[in-house]
Amino acid sequence: MILEIENLELYYGDAQALDRVSFAVEEGELIAIVGANGAGKSSLIHTIAGIVTPRSGRIRFRGTDITGQPTHITCNLGIGQVAEGRQIFPSLTVMENLEMGALLPRARGKMRESIAQVFELFPRLAERKSQIAGTMSGGEQQMLAIGRCLMGRPELIMFDEPSLGLAPALVQELFKTIRALNRRGLTIILVEQNVAVSLKLASHAYVLENGRIVMSGSGPELLNDDRIRNAYLGI
Amino acid sequence: MIGRLVEGTPRRGLVLLAVLLMAFLAAPLVANDYMLTVLILILYFSYTGQAWNIMMGFAGQLSLGHALYVGLGGYAAAALYFHFGIGPWLSLPLAVAVAAAAGAILGFLAFRFGVAGVYFAILTIAFAEFARVGFDHFTWVGGSAGLFLPVANYTRNDLWTLRGNPTMFYYVILAMTVAAFVLCHLLLRSRAGYCWQAIREDEEAARALGINTFRYKMYAVVLSAGMTAFAGVFFAFYYNNLFPEQVFSISRSIELILGPIIGGVGTLVGPIIGAFLITGLAESLREVMHALGVDVPGLKQVFYGLCLLAVVMFLPDGIWPPLSRALGLDRDSSRGQGT
Repeated sequence: MILEIENLELYYGDAQALDRVSFAVEEGELIAIVGANGAGKSSLIHTIAGIVTPRSGRIRFRGTDITGQPTHITCNLGIGQVAEGRQIFPSLTVMENLEMGALLPRARGKMRESIAQVFELFPRLAERKSQIAGTMSGGEQQMLAIGRCLMGRPELIMFDEPSLGLAPALVQELFKTIRALNRRGLTIILVEQNVAVSLKLASHAYVLENGRIVMSGSGPELLNDDRIRNAYLGI
Repeated sequence: MIGRLVEGTPRRGLVLLAVLLMAFLAAPLVANDYMLTVLILILYFSYTGQAWNIMMGFAGQLSLGHALYVGLGGYAAAALYFHFGIGPWLSLPLAVAVAAAAGAILGFLAFRFGVAGVYFAILTIAFAEFARVGFDHFTWVGGSAGLFLPVANYTRNDLWTLRGNPTMFYYVILAMTVAAFVLCHLLLRSRAGYCWQAIREDEEAARALGINTFRYKMYAVVLSAGMTAFAGVFFAFYYNNLFPEQVFSISRSIELILGPIIGGVGTLVGPIIGAFLITGLAESLREVMHALGVDVPGLKQVFYGLCLLAVVMFLPDGIWPPLSRALGLDRDSSRGQGT
């Protein structure tokens, strides 16, 4: 078990964002968390990463309790995230962006190796390495965001709405990349509004509503569930 | 060491730097005392601009109260000299420590409790104002009547107690400016420099990458404050008098950041070019006005305002980024294939 989450509760002031959320992720799995806007998907990722602190509950990564640990601890244990809206460093070059992904103690010594791997995965980034990141297209920026995350040598990657604002052709490309990363042995948590595609990809999926997990199952199971089809797929 | 220093800098950039350094070293041979005092002022603002730039240009934390650190450093060293006869070089570590501690308190309060952006800038002003009012009533260092250092006769230079003629002060501030330039150059390529730039670009993304943003912002404030305090020590021994109303006033803080803003925030050369332009032009303007027999109070401030307006409107990145591109010294062409 790479990640175990137990009864997680998160509040922003008085507003409850997560309500007794529990689930577990197996090593090498690709799980999807789907739900509408404001269901608590991003909050869940932020809580696991340590950007926000839960009021109660437990998060364990490979058996170690990481509840409330800041990101510089969690990242260094091997939890990476590709944040919503890409969040690349716009006025720095592609190369500098990548180098900044490798500032963690766990990744520092392997910088050259990591860069070679990222360039192999995204040859486009190698071509653009001296370009100022903010001047690249949305798709290229998304590649850079993923590449920068990989520079930290994560074992678990959490993607927060990676398809947001990408052209449909690029979305296909993106999901292929995510699947390829998963096949290389990375455990992946995928948070998406693009329910159909993420359920096809996922070995296991959870549906969040109002901060609560209301449904879970394997990807195909949920895809064929009438409630999901009605609420999220509009069929 | 030298190899690491020059790595990634284009050859003509190095030549230009060497020529500039030679010119600065030789300046006292040709400059008269007046020109020398102007050059001292320029270098003083280059140095303080460089120190401020660590916080704003590298780490993205806007300080509008850097006069606080100049004042604390100056007062600490001057008080020790005045009361106990302790020379500036001995009191320098203490002066730096006092200012760094003030920076650490400010930084801790701000970063621990999420004070950011404009509110952070206001907090820095508040600290400087607090010090100004406090020192007005701090009678051990003269209160509002000011602290005066015994003025030595300028017949001989004493580097040890910083008593001497402008030439000596000129070389001291030149050495400080060169050291600050080299330090900032090394910092930018260090791990801390990378963390700062990540925070400046997008703090949330930096945190998502596992950068301890609190710690690195603290480093920036403490280092910037400590470096600025050194300028304060110089200031105290160069001018021989300190008044809270002047030293800690907000206009001092603003004066100090004009250079880097006009030259180019976050660049290494920007603070120097900015200081050169703003101080050089302001002094020339004063000379011209003097020669014409025009005496308008506040002309310098109006001039500063106009300079700032022109830069913000026409060169929002400052003078250095477009200038370096024109000279072929910008980082794209300096990077080459190897990196």
